[in-house]
Amino acid sequence: MTAVGLIFSNIHDNTIPELTRKRTLGSVPFGGRYRLIDFTLSSMVNSGISKVGVVTHNNYQSLLDHLGNGKDWDLARRSGGIKILPPYITSFENAASNKFYSSRLEALMGTVNFLNRCEEDYVVMSDCDVICNIDLNKVIESHIASNAAITFIVKKADIAGHNENEKVCAVEFDENNNLTEIAERKITEGVSNIYINMMVVKRDYLLNVIQEAIARGYKSFLYDIIIRNIGKENYKVYNYDGWYAQIGSLESYFECSMKLLDNDARARLFGIKNYPILTKVRNSAPTRYCEGAKVINSVVAEGCIIEGTVENSIIFRGVHVGKGAVVKNSILFQDSYVCPDATLNCVIADKNVMIKDGRTLSGHSSMPFYIGKDVTV
Amino acid sequence: MFKKKECVAMLLAGGQGSRLYALTTKTAKPAVPFGGKYRIIDFTLSNCINSGIDTVGVLTQYQPLVLNEYIGNGQPWDLDRVYGGVKILPPYQGQKSADWYKGTANAIYQNLAFINRYDTDYVLILSGDHIYRMDYAKMLKYHKEKGADCTIAVIDVPIEEASRFGIMSTNEDGSIYKFSEKPKNPDSTNASMGIYIFTKDKLQKYLEEDEATEGSANDFGKNIIPNMLVAGEKMFAYPFEGYWKDVGTISSLWEANMDLLGNKPVLDLGNQEGRIYSRNLAGAPQYVGPDAKIENCYITDGCEIHGTVINSVLGAGVKIAAGAYVKDSVLMGDTEIGAGATVNYSIIDTNVEIGAGATVGVAKERAKGITVIGEDVKVTNGSTVEDGAIISEF
Repeated sequence: MTAVGLIFSNIHDNTIPELTRKRTLGSVPFGGRYRLIDFTLSSMVNSGISKVGVVTHNNYQSLLDHLGNGKDWDLARRSGGIKILPPYITSFENAASNKFYSSRLEALMGTVNFLNRCEEDYVVMSDCDVICNIDLNKVIESHIASNAAITFIVKKADIAGHNENEKVCAVEFDENNNLTEIAERKITEGVSNIYINMMVVKRDYLLNVIQEAIARGYKSFLYDIIIRNIGKENYKVYNYDGWYAQIGSLESYFECSMKLLDNDARARLFGIKNYPILTKVRNSAPTRYCEGAKVINSVVAEGCIIEGTVENSIIFRGVHVGKGAVVKNSILFQDSYVCPDATLNCVIADKNVMIKDGRTLSGHSSMPFYIGKDVTV
Repeated sequence: MFKKKECVAMLLAGGQGSRLYALTTKTAKPAVPFGGKYRIIDFTLSNCINSGIDTVGVLTQYQPLVLNEYIGNGQPWDLDRVYGGVKILPPYQGQKSADWYKGTANAIYQNLAFINRYDTDYVLILSGDHIYRMDYAKMLKYHKEKGADCTIAVIDVPIEEASRFGIMSTNEDGSIYKFSEKPKNPDSTNASMGIYIFTKDKLQKYLEEDEATEGSANDFGKNIIPNMLVAGEKMFAYPFEGYWKDVGTISSLWEANMDLLGNKPVLDLGNQEGRIYSRNLAGAPQYVGPDAKIENCYITDGCEIHGTVINSVLGAGVKIAAGAYVKDSVLMGDTEIGAGATVNYSIIDTNVEIGAGATVGVAKERAKGITVIGEDVKVTNGSTVEDGAIISEF
């Protein structure tokens, strides 16, 4: 195999503090039965990558629970498979600050041992804030053909209307796909080329820049390494033309989730032949729609019992919507229980939430109402 | 190296299931889909692991490809073990003889070597075509408490149905004094569920004797159990309460699927007693379209519903186009129902295409019988499949 995967499960945790209070961004639930890490992990597995390092920071219990030994992604391997890479602190290194890493570059420093032991020539690095289903083989092929040091995966998209506090990495490149500019910006209007936080990099090159960063005390992968070397190193971009959504806030989480109600979006994310999105198997029973249930335009996972009305919503596994309850424009995480005659509109209910009889809760599509894990309303 | 296992389960999965007609032309009965995401054998395999039995021999014979592939290394049932786990036991060619399994008892006889490798004390005999959830550990405890040589699980059936079953007549302490296979005038309502626990040494003795008897049917119900009774071995009936159904016929398979429906289903797989495991394929969550109407249904991942579905069970990856109408039916999976098509009172096997505007079956109230469409059949646009028809080619 030519490439090894490296996933940063925590890097963008602070963009959705509500959902990442008790979990990593990678283990944030999405789309009824998935966690955000499933998309990048499945893309890697479907592209034949069988060794994946998952970099964690803190709060990663839910991530470990989700990944297990990796068998649901066919990554429970004698050699390779999933390797969890927790923060690397010895009594000597980092002893003065005694702190966890605070940047991607520092996180990478902790993966040197893992990368040194790999024999693959290339590393596919990915974050967990982007939802897509990508054939990485094509990217790796183009990376090899162009002999690039790094190939940045770029998506041309119109993300105007995003929450004003959200930043994305906008890039510019010439007609030969050479990277000419990359910067973190707020995007307010128009179509932009966005770096989707996935790259293919030569392993040797990556190890070299990490060594240099350690030697020179660099802090930022983007500013101290990439931007300084634009025009000097062979940095290419690869244009991804599949379905894409990027989550940078609770509002965009809500918006991206609701995109799944579109037939075309689901076909391009879930319906690609030989590229299934894999996730942890929960062995729930099928979903039971009772007499009197009314469900329209919704994504519903397994293990649910629907007795009431559900419209324009995303319903996760094991949710129970009671008789007479009305759920509209909402996202209900695993094992939530909406008691009879309760009414929800534009609500995001975290895991195991209970909405008692007759309660009415409503947010707005531009500002969904979030209910924390295990809360009873 | 093998580790001792107190109890080894032997699962008889070789039956042809000829009464399921088109549903078993390419698939052995235990591998027939049930309840949306399951296959019939999931129930016995899950019961085993939920009862702490981690060594299961599965005896296959008829059309084993799908079944073997489905069971695989046993991982979905947590039966991928270093010691024990699930093992497929097909008939084999020996140095002196080569034989298909001649009967249920002969199948076990031919695999005594497998049982003995685990130095087991008890052998649990199961069949792979029943839908039920049962804690075999409780039955084993009962077997040990009674000091029995053989314990047979029984379920109380209505007296008018008793003549369809093997009936156990028992004393007050549960010991069996008479066994009659499908009696005309049953004197008890304790029907055998086809679940036996034997003390291993006794089982071996009677299997060997039976094998040496010329003209024997080599069958547990016909030979082994009667022989043990005659010889005065200690045989007990273990009463089971709960849902149990033999799904060996089209109508019982349809009924068992329907038992999953309703606001208080007779068979509720969502509750916590004994979860049923199955090999899950990666499907997206189900999507219910803006014009869909779903009433009283059981629906699996990967389905896309744009039409109307009433009183039905849908397996993974079923697509129902807008304007289609499905009622009182079991769609086993990966089936497409075209726009404006009507499906009534039917069982439709996997990977079937029902063309736009086609009509399959008629409303249950008026139907002559359940319509059955076998695997991979394509029903062309606008055509009609008569009610009660059983087709494996169209």
